[in-house]
Amino acid sequence: MVGILISRLIQAITVMLTVTAIAFLMFRFVGDPVQLMSREDASVEEKEELRARLGLDQPVYVQYARFIGRVVQGDLGMSFRNQREVATLIAEKAPATLELVLIATTLSLLIGIPLGVYSALHPNGVLSRAIQGVSLVGISVPTFVTGILLILVFAVSFRLLPSFGRGQTVDLGWWTTGFLTWSGIKALILPGITLALYSLTLIMRLVRSEMIDILSTDYIRFARARGLPERYIIFRLALRNALLPVITVTGLQVGSLIAFAIVTETVFQWPGLGLLFMQAVIFVDIPVMTSYLLLVGLVFVTINTIVDLLYVVVDPRLRARAA
Amino acid sequence: MTASVPALDIRNLRVEYPLPDSDSFVAVKDLSLHIAPGEIHALVGESGAGKSTVGNAIMGLLDRPGRIAAGSISVAGKAVDITTGRAQGIRQGRDIGAIFQDPMTSLNPLFTVESQLSETLRFHLGLDRGKARARALELLRAVEIPDPERRLKHFPHQLSGGQRQRVVIAAALSCDPDLLVADEPTTALDVSVQATILELLRKLASERKLGVLLVTHNMGVVAQIADTVTIMQNGEMVESGPTREVLSQPRAPYARALIGAVPRMDRRLPRFPVPGDHDQAESEAQTKVLGDAKRDTGPAGTDDLLRVEDLSVVYGAGRLFGRGEPFKALDGASFSVRRGEIFGIVGESGSGKSTLAGCIAGLIKPTKGSMAFDGQSLGERRSKAMHRAVQMIFQDPYSSLNTRMRVGPAIQEPIDFFGLADRGRSATEDAKLLLQAVGLPVDAASRFPHAFSGGQRQRVSIARALASRPQLLICDEPTSALDVSVQARVLNLLKDLRDRTGLTILFISHDLSVVRQMCDRVAVMKNGRIVELGDAEALFDAPQDAYTRELISLIPTLDHLAAPAA
Amino acid sequence: MKTGTIRRKRLPMPPYVMAAALVGLAIILAAILSPLISPVDPTDNASFNLIDAELPPSWLEGGDPRYLLGTDNQGRDLLSAILYGARISILIGAGAVLLAATIGVSLGLLAGYLGGWVDALVMRIADVFLSLPTILLALLVAGIARAVIPDADSVFWAPIILIAAIGINEWVQYARTVRAATMVEASRDYVRAVRIMGLPMPSILFRHILPNVIGPILVISTINLAAAVLTEATLSFLGVGMPPDYPSLGTLIRIGNEYAFSGIWWITVFPAVTLVSLVLATNITGDWLRDRFNPKLRGSK
Repeated sequence: MVGILISRLIQAITVMLTVTAIAFLMFRFVGDPVQLMSREDASVEEKEELRARLGLDQPVYVQYARFIGRVVQGDLGMSFRNQREVATLIAEKAPATLELVLIATTLSLLIGIPLGVYSALHPNGVLSRAIQGVSLVGISVPTFVTGILLILVFAVSFRLLPSFGRGQTVDLGWWTTGFLTWSGIKALILPGITLALYSLTLIMRLVRSEMIDILSTDYIRFARARGLPERYIIFRLALRNALLPVITVTGLQVGSLIAFAIVTETVFQWPGLGLLFMQAVIFVDIPVMTSYLLLVGLVFVTINTIVDLLYVVVDPRLRARAA
Repeated sequence: MTASVPALDIRNLRVEYPLPDSDSFVAVKDLSLHIAPGEIHALVGESGAGKSTVGNAIMGLLDRPGRIAAGSISVAGKAVDITTGRAQGIRQGRDIGAIFQDPMTSLNPLFTVESQLSETLRFHLGLDRGKARARALELLRAVEIPDPERRLKHFPHQLSGGQRQRVVIAAALSCDPDLLVADEPTTALDVSVQATILELLRKLASERKLGVLLVTHNMGVVAQIADTVTIMQNGEMVESGPTREVLSQPRAPYARALIGAVPRMDRRLPRFPVPGDHDQAESEAQTKVLGDAKRDTGPAGTDDLLRVEDLSVVYGAGRLFGRGEPFKALDGASFSVRRGEIFGIVGESGSGKSTLAGCIAGLIKPTKGSMAFDGQSLGERRSKAMHRAVQMIFQDPYSSLNTRMRVGPAIQEPIDFFGLADRGRSATEDAKLLLQAVGLPVDAASRFPHAFSGGQRQRVSIARALASRPQLLICDEPTSALDVSVQARVLNLLKDLRDRTGLTILFISHDLSVVRQMCDRVAVMKNGRIVELGDAEALFDAPQDAYTRELISLIPTLDHLAAPAA
Repeated sequence: MKTGTIRRKRLPMPPYVMAAALVGLAIILAAILSPLISPVDPTDNASFNLIDAELPPSWLEGGDPRYLLGTDNQGRDLLSAILYGARISILIGAGAVLLAATIGVSLGLLAGYLGGWVDALVMRIADVFLSLPTILLALLVAGIARAVIPDADSVFWAPIILIAAIGINEWVQYARTVRAATMVEASRDYVRAVRIMGLPMPSILFRHILPNVIGPILVISTINLAAAVLTEATLSFLGVGMPPDYPSLGTLIRIGNEYAFSGIWWITVFPAVTLVSLVLATNITGDWLRDRFNPKLRGSK
């Protein structure tokens, strides 16, 4: 176990170092930070002083080390655009995005797994074919079109649900939540569905193909030959094996979900990290862009390291290798 | 249960697979079988004979769209309902137990031995957790697994292949069925493990009055444990009766040919007796296309063509986070192969014989030791001439040919690459002659590999290997994947090639009887080491090493039954 | 089981796949031929007039027979704009797929065949790319390009940036698939046979291994084309894609979205329908191809 833990940590750190390197290169070499950070009418001396203060006169590797040092301390720099601490901005916007992603992940697991199992068990049934058909449409409609359609139907035509914003939120000091007010929950519905649709489809198709594969293995044949009840074979023996890859994909998906949230947040003007990042891209706000990159990298690496370790707990074959 | 009620009674069974064009493929035709309690009945035949289909039909596990079209099946006197095309009404797991070929895949990797044994008990016998556990323990004892208490908590990957197959048997027997269907139960296992599993089956059948339907392709296994045998061909029964009678005096021509093709352990025959063996065109083509190679290689004699000294291959030694001991796949092997001889290397899986072949072929880098070919050192970087001189054929006929390349160009590739076409023939003609030399029609050149059977593919591989006119041909289990009658023909071809062209052959096999029939000298390997080396006849007749003796004694043979060879 | 002796019936193309393939081909053909078949050239400023802005489709009240699907906010003929937009979307998608396939297949072959540190290096790079979702990476590339290239919005740079931004992520999928397939092929005996022969590595890779791994590549490419067109549309929708005077489908949807609340739905709905039809048709065809030619690929992402 310790061996696997160490090797996973090394892997995670490697990925994070690479992501930080990309972030640093962007920060340092995309445009001249001094030019971008100083006033229009700054004198040459002032610029030199700023250059020295930022450490830009040091060798590149020293700058990189300092960059990492600052990042680890939570100092992500100042936003060029609105002259505020990037770390503060992120802390402000994170709850909105995380609540959205949480809803979307829950929806896609709760709906995707049963649908996948069902269509694997009745591959030729009418309902399965319908599910398959809908799922193809699901992955073919881009997130923003889904969002626009939902808005046109539920917000513009029927006026049932809000088309933008988080509604009323409750400030818990370190977190603002939309879960505690009726308007906050209503505001979550459309963006939540929009964001969930893609990963729901993905999980459903994955569960289906895994189940089909596993139901044709020798150990399932052997279980049938021993006359075990079909229900037991499917839900206890096969599903457990089929869910292993689902864990991995869900881990991989959380990263994409946060990124896909960019689109959803833009469509619904949801005041989260995605919208913040999108504005940074449009206005070339490099510190915000790099910080967002670091954040997504960190979330992705953390979750996938946890998933890998979870795997070791669930799969006895890996557990043995770890022992 | 009384002795008069047969464990299995099949009458006029017919299994069909409907084809798209309203026709049907008949997999089993008009088959009748009776197995008494305690009797082991073997169902033998080559691939495509329909023997596995019979087993699946009894268990109601036919692959769709296969169905039982006619006949009756009853298990221990209870008639099975086949009107739906499936076998219904018997309780799988309770009336019939089943074991399959590959113990690695028969157990769910995510559940413990205890869980997989007791689930059957809980469902069929309604035992509670504690009773199920006690019974599972009892079963593990019955299948003679060492340390059964500890094994209960183990996962399948923690058991060896033989132990897994024992667990599978225990699970199959958990509800005391009347019939056990065993489909190639020992094919995936090593000889020594096979022997113990067979012994166990024999014992369980007798003690528990269990009828066993043993589906197998291995005549030796049949001779070893079966009381009665049915030989099948193309879905039909060819011959049936007591094992001793059928195997020693087969009456049907097919049965005679099949049994004649089984390599004998007791003495060496010049060739395998195969109907229609001699082909004039084939031997002429061999002399024509490869005869001049005989001059190149020099006279067959006593000088060494290949010398291997202290060769070792160690895996996992240089790893930074090395877990566990480094593994010695090959451990100080030394031997030499004489010009023009067939040199055999035998051993069980993991003995290092394939690693050795890989080193000589240049596919695996030895950790230590040296090799010399015809006096020249045989290292990692090889001259073009050296690449030309050493060729290899492989075990799996389905992976040894590039499926996207026609057979002709595949054989031509080495001819072009080594520039061998200037001997008065074009590369195309050369390739066609090579096809003839291995007993294939010349129009084979324009076809893709999927058009050929396993045996034919193996012949194509041989032609391709011979195209560069090698001096040494390494054969790594060349016939293990083939049916026994096809094996006999391919082995005869290899012998002919040696005799007519002076080729030196390094013959690697796990099958001692094949090695006895093929080789002039033999090395026996175990755990990466050569434990015994000597002239084949002497080694088989009077093995010196204890391991060799054990190995030879464990091979199931039908020598004690077989009639004197024709 | 001995069912191997029965020839599995070759699956005929089901009608819905046939229909999808036809729709897909029709859209692609119309898009490619757009300069010949579209009523006007929407990129030519002389072809439209603000007076005609926001006209509904011709069959609705207030519609103008000159503009079958109506006009956009600047008075451009929407049908022409959609045809030209589809062309831009498809070309960018195809360019991105080509770029991704070239990089991915080369690296995958090398990594799978050589193994060792080459493999480790390629796969670690792939891991990093995999940890960054396509959209995010594409946005970053687009963002950086905007900072580095002053006229990133121009009709010359925008497609190049988009192709690079989309292709730079999608190569990972090719590399992983090709690597896995190459490892399987490299361990097969026919490859060992040519290695024993001493055939040089390029011949082994391209003459022997590539033909055996090309099937999955073609299938992935079909599905990836759909994904690339979607990504392009998303980027353009987010405002970092094609400029409004050379709109792709995504740009059109973005422009239309601003008017959708005021009941001018056609500017956004018609391009969206075109986009979804194209992607759906490609996906259905690709799915069928995948199941038909390589059921093993099922379930891989």
